[in-house]
Amino acid sequence: MSGNPSGTPDAAGLPERPADDLMVVADGVHKSFGRLEVLKGIDLQVRRGEVMCVVGPSGSGKSTFLRCINHLEKITAGRLWVNGRLMGYREHDGRLYELHDKQVAEQRRDIGMVFQSFNLFPHMSVMGNVIEAPVQVKRESRAQARARALELLERVGLADKAESYPRQLSGGQQQRVAIARALAMRPELMLFDEPTSALDPELVGEVLEVMKDLAREGMTMVVVTHEMGFAREVGDNLVFMDGGVVVESGDPREVLGDPKHERTRAFLSKVL
Amino acid sequence: MNTPTEPPRPAGPSAEDSRPAPVKAVPVRHPGRWVASGVLLVLAAMFVNMLVTNEKFNWPFMFEHMFSAPVLNGVWTTLKLTVLAMLLGISLGIAVAVMRLSGNPVLATLAWLYTWFFRAVPRLVLCVLFGNLGILYQNLELGLPFDNHWMPLLGLEGDARFFSVPMNDVLTPFMAALLALALSQGAYMAEIVRAGLLSVDKGQTEAAQALGMSRGKTLRRITLPQALRVIVPPTGNEVTAMLKDTSLVSAIPLTTELFFQLQAIGNRTFDLFPMLVAACIWYLAITSLLMAGQFFLERSFTKGDRKAQAEIAIMQSKAGH
Repeated sequence: MSGNPSGTPDAAGLPERPADDLMVVADGVHKSFGRLEVLKGIDLQVRRGEVMCVVGPSGSGKSTFLRCINHLEKITAGRLWVNGRLMGYREHDGRLYELHDKQVAEQRRDIGMVFQSFNLFPHMSVMGNVIEAPVQVKRESRAQARARALELLERVGLADKAESYPRQLSGGQQQRVAIARALAMRPELMLFDEPTSALDPELVGEVLEVMKDLAREGMTMVVVTHEMGFAREVGDNLVFMDGGVVVESGDPREVLGDPKHERTRAFLSKVL
Repeated sequence: MNTPTEPPRPAGPSAEDSRPAPVKAVPVRHPGRWVASGVLLVLAAMFVNMLVTNEKFNWPFMFEHMFSAPVLNGVWTTLKLTVLAMLLGISLGIAVAVMRLSGNPVLATLAWLYTWFFRAVPRLVLCVLFGNLGILYQNLELGLPFDNHWMPLLGLEGDARFFSVPMNDVLTPFMAALLALALSQGAYMAEIVRAGLLSVDKGQTEAAQALGMSRGKTLRRITLPQALRVIVPPTGNEVTAMLKDTSLVSAIPLTTELFFQLQAIGNRTFDLFPMLVAACIWYLAITSLLMAGQFFLERSFTKGDRKAQAEIAIMQSKAGH
């Protein structure tokens, strides 16, 4: 990435805490699965209120990077901060200490995630899905959680489906419920892992509409996507990844309109 | 309308009466079925004839003793043993399956060893073994481990045991039977539960974790409830198997159990066969009840599916059929 905003890590050493206006700071993030190195040093920052779109061919490591942000994957080298907190570790006197399962769970509460395959809980109604985490994790009262869930379902246009089961809904509706479920925890950051890739083409629009609303309201979002139109319209920043590294990043309209790197150009010529 | 060479036109939405006539054809004949039915009918008639005419069945004698107090008591013991052994076995199975799948290598190995041992040893052998555990110790005692070794080293007298009961008070034949059956069942249930947990999509765990749920909560609220759909059907089979295996505990000996009681009457009266038939009838009756219960249980676990299916059916019918 070009530039080095205040508080970000530099070569001389790692700061204890990134600056407050940065939601996500990745510094030399590596991830290997056995011998396979999927991420080969990712450095990037996401500001509060920013929508960052991550694009790239499959196998480029973009989904893995997203999963590292909320510690679903353990990074093998580097540092990753979310909201000023080191994800999955505690640093003390220059040593890293792994966090307990419960502490990691606590860190994840501020981070919502939406998956490609929705991953709604099939044994619970739509309402049950949305209130599950607030009631079980945040110990909110059921009545309070239900009221808020109805609000959220209203927002994604599914208030009338509250008592339905996930199987009874279309893919687009399921994904909108998944977004409402994530929002129920009042996250400060939302991660989207190819949220429209598993949808019928005619259902993509309704999900993107909900995401655009969220962006307009100032939610900080990291979106792994193949929807270049969405990136161009909503994205504040676009990152093109390939082979486990960030090849190019910047304003989406510039990167998509006039890519600097040969690899970016080759990829975009195939998907645009 | 159509000339014979023209391909048939698809019926338009407005042409109500232009639907093609249903196919009229002579169905295929199945002479083999008639022959087989005849043979089976004759065999069935012979069997019923034997039941009625062979006096060794001694039906009045059987009905007289089938509902006598010791037999009914035996039914009660058998049912109690089945339910308790299954409840213990299921709890144990869940615990062992979770241990096996946990990241803790010590617990996982322990779980494997437990499953290995109790699946390898026959239930009959386990019953006899547990019935004779009293040989090992006269008393069951609670205290600090290896006290007879380290207390003399420290120059202390006596022992470090706080609590002691005679083994025979604790390990009654019923307890021995329950332990043998429950521990054996736990090993089988562990495998069933493990398969159930593994059948739940990994995305479910990830979604729960991403929402900030801890591992224990994810298991209780998300994974286990979904695993039940896979766990319940084989568990139903395990219940019927357990009901039948309670007849093994007469080897402990636990004499109040159903089969032992029926056999005892047969031996005492020198009329064994009717009592064996009575045993068949009792087990058949209880198993049938259990199977009916299993049917309704399984149906309630697939509720989400059935609702969806019903709704699809309604939508299809609305779509105009």
